[in-house]
Amino acid sequence: MAIEKFLVEASHIMMFARSVGDANPIYHDEDYAKETELGGIIAPPTFAQSSAQFDPDYFLRPKIGGEGWFGSGKEASGARPSKDKGGGGGGAAMGLHAEQHFEYHLPVKAGDVLTATTKPGNTWEKESKRAGKLKFSESVTEYRNQNGELVITATGVGVQTERAVDS
Amino acid sequence: MLKENEIKVGDTHTAILVEDLKRTQIVQYAGASGDYNPLHTDEIFTTQVAGYPSVFAHGMLSMGLTGTMLTNYVGDGALKKYGVRFTNQVWPGDTLTGKATIIEIREEEGSKVVDLMIETTNQNDVAVITGNATAIIET
Repeated sequence: MAIEKFLVEASHIMMFARSVGDANPIYHDEDYAKETELGGIIAPPTFAQSSAQFDPDYFLRPKIGGEGWFGSGKEASGARPSKDKGGGGGGAAMGLHAEQHFEYHLPVKAGDVLTATTKPGNTWEKESKRAGKLKFSESVTEYRNQNGELVITATGVGVQTERAVDS
Repeated sequence: MLKENEIKVGDTHTAILVEDLKRTQIVQYAGASGDYNPLHTDEIFTTQVAGYPSVFAHGMLSMGLTGTMLTNYVGDGALKKYGVRFTNQVWPGDTLTGKATIIEIREEEGSKVVDLMIETTNQNDVAVITGNATAIIET
């Protein structure tokens, strides 16, 4: 999976920060942010996950026309998802999300234009009482800014379960 | 940013991340992050087709909420690392509390940093996230 253009925009940061309950003005108030050491609006620590918005093939987004969507409409389930498409920001494309790790090399700021490339990492299996056989797989995504500088390394671990997890 | 002379190993910071999580907030996260998996947003699909008792939060929503607690503690732009394991699902109606504990104060690449252990628990005191973080501190 590769994302050629991940536009980091102030309004997207504002909406993302709201969704994670973050009222910090560094994420929505340009006048405030300008006066800080960071010099402008920055992205919250898990914002890179929203790079899925910029992955044209991301399979967890209803597509315009074409292949249909697996959520409910007239019936409880629509089309089946095509699981080989698109990785987004992490493990979500590989079933349930088991782990997520971020390394921050440089701040991500509103106005940045990032690229992302994802490589598969390790895979392993484990038995679980709650969900049967678990298949784990890792993906490593490197985000670079418009100057070619590495800004974030994100490692996602996805897990495919044999059955739905009881809680 | 945390100041070296004001912190010590064992210090903790806790915050309530969300009270009585609403389905709408999960939808809000789906819209912002772009992850529209029906398991998080579509009660009919999730209960009737996927076999879960209800929709549940994206793991990344829990990580994001926990991240809010974390950056409120260590300051803006201070994080060097932040990683979690999703240990239990988060359901609508859950109330989550996040906790960061200082486990080490050390030097890394010429800066003073603090290592933190992270845990987010639900209203039944069950951990939904465990993890760790490293942040730069002021000397």
